[in-house]
Formats: sequence, C-alpha cells, structure tokens
Amino acid sequence: MNTHTIESHDHSPFSKDVFGFWIYIMSDCLLFASLFATFAVLHTKTFGGPALGQLVEVPYVLGETLFLLASSFTYGLAMLSVYRSRRNNAIFFLILTFLLGLGFVTMEINEFVHLYLAGHTWQSSAAMSSFFTLVGTHGLHVSIGLLWMLILIIKLFTERDIAVATSRKLTYLGLFWSFLDIVWIFVFTIVYLIGAVHVYA
Amino acid sequence: MFGKLTLDAIPFNVPIIMGAGIFMAVVVLIVVAALFYFKKWKWLWTEWLTSIDHKKIGIMYIILAYVMFLRGFVDAVMMRSQQAIAVGHSSGYLPPEHYDQIFTAHGVIMIFFMAMPFMFGLLNLAVPLQIGARDVAFPYLNSLSLWLTVISAILVNISLVIGKFAATGWLAYPPLSELSYSPGVGVDYYIWALQISGIGSLLSGINFFVTIIKMRCPGMTLMKMPVFTWTALCAMILVILAFPILAATLGMLLFDRLFGMHFFTMTAGGNMMMYINLIWAWGHPEVYILILPAFGVFSEVVATFSRKRLFGYATMVGATVVIAFLSFVVWLHHFFTMGAGANVNAFFGIATMIIAIPTGVKIFNWLFTMYRGRVTYSTPMLWTIGFIITFAIGGMSGVLMAVPGIDFQVHNSLFLIAHFHNVIIGGVVFGYFAGFIYWFPKTFGFKLNEKIGRYVFACWFIGFYVAFMPLYILGLMGMTRRLNHYPASTGWHPYLVVAAIGVAIIACGILLQIIQLLVSIKHRNDPDYKDTTGDPWDGRTLEWSIPSPAPFYNFAVTPEVHGIDAYWETKERLKHGSSAKEKPHYKDIHMPKNTAAGFIIGMAFGVFGFAMTWHIFWLAGVAGIVIFATILRRAFDPHIDYYLKAKDVEKFENDFANGVRHY
Repeated sequence: MNTHTIESHDHSPFSKDVFGFWIYIMSDCLLFASLFATFAVLHTKTFGGPALGQLVEVPYVLGETLFLLASSFTYGLAMLSVYRSRRNNAIFFLILTFLLGLGFVTMEINEFVHLYLAGHTWQSSAAMSSFFTLVGTHGLHVSIGLLWMLILIIKLFTERDIAVATSRKLTYLGLFWSFLDIVWIFVFTIVYLIGAVHVYA
Repeated sequence: MFGKLTLDAIPFNVPIIMGAGIFMAVVVLIVVAALFYFKKWKWLWTEWLTSIDHKKIGIMYIILAYVMFLRGFVDAVMMRSQQAIAVGHSSGYLPPEHYDQIFTAHGVIMIFFMAMPFMFGLLNLAVPLQIGARDVAFPYLNSLSLWLTVISAILVNISLVIGKFAATGWLAYPPLSELSYSPGVGVDYYIWALQISGIGSLLSGINFFVTIIKMRCPGMTLMKMPVFTWTALCAMILVILAFPILAATLGMLLFDRLFGMHFFTMTAGGNMMMYINLIWAWGHPEVYILILPAFGVFSEVVATFSRKRLFGYATMVGATVVIAFLSFVVWLHHFFTMGAGANVNAFFGIATMIIAIPTGVKIFNWLFTMYRGRVTYSTPMLWTIGFIITFAIGGMSGVLMAVPGIDFQVHNSLFLIAHFHNVIIGGVVFGYFAGFIYWFPKTFGFKLNEKIGRYVFACWFIGFYVAFMPLYILGLMGMTRRLNHYPASTGWHPYLVVAAIGVAIIACGILLQIIQLLVSIKHRNDPDYKDTTGDPWDGRTLEWSIPSPAPFYNFAVTPEVHGIDAYWETKERLKHGSSAKEKPHYKDIHMPKNTAAGFIIGMAFGVFGFAMTWHIFWLAGVAGIVIFATILRRAFDPHIDYYLKAKDVEKFENDFANGVRHY
C-alpha cells in the first residue's frame, strides 16, 4: 500500500506510544513516592527491635547496586546494537543485562532470607514492614523487567532481522530499566546509606 | 481447596440479602434467556464485548454507571428508611452489622462504580469527537479499563450474596479495617474491587491524557480546545498522579491483612494516621477528578443553550488548572481533628478556602455567558441552573468547614454528609445527567423526551433539598454520621422523616428517568426525537459537525480548526458567503481491529480478585497465568489494525446523506 494515501490521526504513532509509556513511568514514580513517604514516617518505629542501619550491610548492597548500574550500561550497548541492526550483538548484551539483573535480584533475595532467618521479618515492626515493602516492590519491578527481557530475547532469536515491533518493545523496556535504576539510587541512599549514617554517626 | 470459602458464606437466613440475591439472579437469567431467544450472543460478542470503539465503550461505561447507581440508591433508601424508624424503642429493620455494610457499599458504589464509570463514559463519548480524533490513543487499553471496572463492580455485588462486604465506611480506615477488627472477607472484597478498578482508572487516565495531548486535529492548539476537553485533561492529570497513591495505600493495607505486616496496626509501631493521610492524598484529588468534567459539561451546555461563546474562556481554563493544582494541597482538611497543630491546620484551612476563588470565577463565567444570551431552557440547561444554585450553597458550607475551629464541631457529623452530598449531587450528578442528555443524540441518533425530562429535574431538584437540608440542621444538632439507632430525646426524628420523604421524591425522579428513556426509545424515529442533522442543539464544537450517531470512524475527513468553537465558526462562514461545499477528498483510514483481550483479562482479574479474597491461591494462580498469557499474546499479535478504504468511507458518507444507516 502506498503510504502517502494513508491518513492516520497521528503521523507518528510510535511517539504516541513512547509518550504514553513515559506517563506510565511518571505514575509509577508516584507509587514509589507513596512507599518512600511511608518509609520516612515508619522507619524509626522498630518496636524495640534494632535500627535498620544495624541490620543492613552497606558494602553488600553497594555490590548489588553495581550489578544494577552495570546492567543499565549493558542495556545501553544492547540498544546501540539494535539501532545498528546487529541482532547477535543485541542478543549477547541483552543476555549479559539479564544475568546482571538476575544477580541483583538474587543478592536482594539473599539479603531478605538472611534477615528472615535472623528473626527480622516484615512482621517484626512497622519499620521492617515498610523496609521490606519498599525494597521488595522495587525488586518485584526488576523481576518483571527480567521476565519481559527474557521474552524479548527469545523473540529476537526467532527473528533474522530485528523487527520494528521488537525494537520498539526494547525501547520501552529500556525506559523501564533506566527508571528502575533511578528508583534504586533513591532506595540505596534513603534506605541504606542514611540508615547506616544514623547508626554509625 | 476453596480457601476460606464454605457454604456458610451464603447468608440463607437473612431475607433481605437473599431477596436481593434472587433478584440479581433473576435479572441475569432474563438477560441470558433474552440473548438466547433473540440469538444475540454473536452480536453481543462482536459488537460490544470485544469492541474497542470509544463510543461503544462509553455507552457500556454509562450502562454500568446507571445499573450501579440503582444499587447505590437502594442502599440510600435503606439507610434513610432505617434512620426514619429506628428511634427510641424501635431498632428498625436493619441489624448493625448489615447497616454498616450498607453505608460502606453506598459510598464505594456511588464513587467508584457510579461516578467514575459515568465520568469515563462521558469522556469516551465526547473527548475524541471534540478534538477531531478517530479514536483514543490506545483503543485496546480503553477496552481493558472498561472490563476491569465492570468486573470490580461485579465483585462488589457478589459480596452481597457470597460472604460480606466491608463494614468500615467507604474509605476503610484502620485500625477498624485491620484483620484484628475486621476478620471477615468484607475488607478483602473492598481492597480487591478497588485495586482492580483502580488499575482500570489509571490506564484510562494515561489513555485520555495521551489522546488529548497527541491526537488533536490540525489547528487545535491547547487554548482552542473545547472546555470539556480541558477539564478532562486536568482530571486525567489528577488520575495519573492520584491513583498510584491509592494503589500503594490499599496495597499496604492488604499486606497488613495478608502477611501480618504493621503499617497501620495498633501494635508494633504501626500508624493508622499514615493511612488516613495517604488515602486522602488520593481522595481529595478524586473528588476533583469527578467534578472537573462536570464543570466542563456545564461550560459546553451553557454556551450552546445561550447561543453565545463561553464568557472568559481563558479564565475558565485557568481556573480549572488552579483547582487541579490546589486539589493536592488540601487533603488534611478531611481530618483537622488529627491534631496536627494550629499552623498545619491553618495552612490547609486557608488552602481549602482559596479553592473557592477559582470556583467562583467559574460560576461567574457561566452566569455572564447566560447574560444577554438567547437562553433556551431545555433540560441540560435546567440541570445547569439547578447546579449553579445548589453548588453555590454546597461550596459555602465547604468554606465554612474549612475553618478548623468550626470543623472540630461538625467533624463526622451529618453536617459533613449534607455538605458533600450537596456538592456531589448538585455538582457531579447534575453535571453528568446534563452531559448525558446533551450527548445522547450524538451517541444514539435521537433525543430524550424533554417533557418527562423536566419532571425528572423537578423531582431531583426538590427531592435533593428536602432530603439534605435537614441533614445540615441535624449535624448542627450533634447527630454523627453512620448511626444505626438513636434515642427519641435527641429530637432528630422529625428531620430524619423529612429527609426520608426527600429520598422518596428523588426516587420518583429516578423512576421518571427510566420512563423517559423507554418513551424516547419507543419514539426514536418520530421527527421530534430523531436527529437527522447531527446537530440537534445548534452546537459549537466539532462533535456536532458529524452525523448522529457518529460513524465508527468518527470523521470522514480530518477537520481543521481555526478558533474556539470550531464548528460554530464553520457554520457562520457557510451562512455568510462561501455557500457551495467542496466535494470532500476521502483517504484511507487506519482503524484498530476489535479484540477480546481486554474482556478476557478483565474477567480473569475478577476471578483473581475473588480467589484472593477467599484465599483460594491455586485459582488466583490460574487466573494470573491467564492474564499473563493474554497480555503476551496481545503484545505479539501483529494483526491489530486494518485500513478502511477511501471508497468505502465515501459510500458510508453518501449513504448517510441519503438517510441510510450502516452503523
């Protein structure tokens, strides 16, 4: 079909979709903002238990952070490969991103399990409830991102050339992934660093 | 196997509930039987359930709103009749635990399943047509939003028969809504119904925001948009900013109940005021989400029926934006009694009072639009005038309560109930009724009966004052809200009897509305009713430039606009001079295909919510897999659109000109 005869209500439907995705991310920011606000109010309500800063190991979480930041870098490399239509490179960097993201989630789960086994559960106090919910909600977002990434990697394997639809989906995932990075920076600062400062200062 | 669900969950021994349950079952059976009898299943599936046409989705939203409105109104009748008789030695006919569910259900249904669907219904009917668009930005998400809302409403109704609904009041304040004080499934039904419909509202908010920002026709700059679209835009911004807070808040309450967390509990450091702050940080913008589009309807109606351009368009837009902003900085006025201190209360009190200024600007704009206009007192205009009077009174009682000292006296009294019904019925309900009548011919191709419509308005207007003015007095006499029973010595009884009479008058209005609809459908082809021109009110905006009912592709040729009231200007131009219309140049139109994905995901979410309410986790897992698989399938489905050929568009348009309808 000759594209000049087509009258679409929007001449760049893709820009509409990306814009919509941005707005979704903005609304997700508000979800996290609510959880941050709750954490800010409740993080000292330990109900006689130890302060959060005494329970978390900042160097360990720094490692976690580096995993996530590195995954954003490799995702960027994957997108560059997509733009240059280098399918194999894109798959390689996406798998690398996936593994780094998986490392992040695994470390987080490990931290949670350790806290749980030490008797510091989400039932212990309001502070622990807000800690597990805030960090866990971020972890859940990352996990959903990983699932999505896995699906797109499989999809890429089935395509000889990267389809336009797939490259768009990768763009959305990229936005999502960077967003989770930024949220994590706040989680790391507000939950872990400030918590540690309170304890050691 | 079935979690907490046993046969005991069905209250066979409560006649009122079983009666309601049997009534619902009979209605469903009649509908199903009718579908079989008239062989309409395929029609229902292809034309409605899987439709992603914004006009049909709008109609379905409004049907949902009206059905739930009747349910919510029955709750109101029960409360009013209970309070009218439960005085002194009589304890009325509703036991406290049932009465508590009724006032909770009334509030939840009227806000979430009457007002919200009605609002989104009107947006769907009018916004794309007003901005000259072919559809919304994401038609499939639009369908998904609808079905998420429908299934949540169904969940609330299921709770009537299977188990209980929350008995906590419509915002489910903890610690009452915590597991220790509400161990049943009522609050879980509440949480899941609101969570699921909240996702739907959020998706709709994003959808319409992107639609309005990105899909306006050429020439329609922001300051040339119809005012209804402007108010919709501001309301959608509020949806996008407020609904995530609701999701987070209800999520935390759910975690308290499901995982034994301590966000809002009495023990282990929980803080229930955190919930109350968060829920009102959503709740206050929510009431503006509802009222702003109503303001938009009044602006359209008053300009159309005064045959004048809206007075002070720019100030109207400015006032809308200011109200939208202020709605986020007043939430604490819902609980001045929290004891946040004089300075905090003063800030929120003053911020609340400031809202009266932009609202006053709007009221004067509407009045000045009517001033020296050629006003036609048709029914939408009657609702508008009724609104201006009623809303001014309700607004004044609001400013009164914005004074923290006064609020301490009337907090949680019937004065508050009178105030918010004063603004919600006088503002939101009157506005949506006006909008429904106004856009009805555009949607269905015929007008509603005007004469019965006047009686409807009279019943509602008088009934409202009779029902709610006594509540102001009762509030000042010290009657608190949600009372099941009270001593005769309070002297409240006569006022409550008057209020019950008011509800009876409103009931007449509702009955007449149903009659009005039936009479109008019966006479839909009469010349008095049928809208042959597409412009029955001599309208001003683009939706009136196309046939009624609007073709499924909306605009055969994308319009171009040069000013506010685009269609009015076109009509003026045609009157003076350039008489001969050019033959339009049709092009192929890019159209989305219908999809069942939204319907399937919606239904699966309903199963998920039900299963989570009853802790049937395997079923929740199955529903989750269905949801995930459907999303995935849709995401990788390449066949989601098609092109409507130019020659077909031409045929449709010519047929319409000759009086033949295909749609």
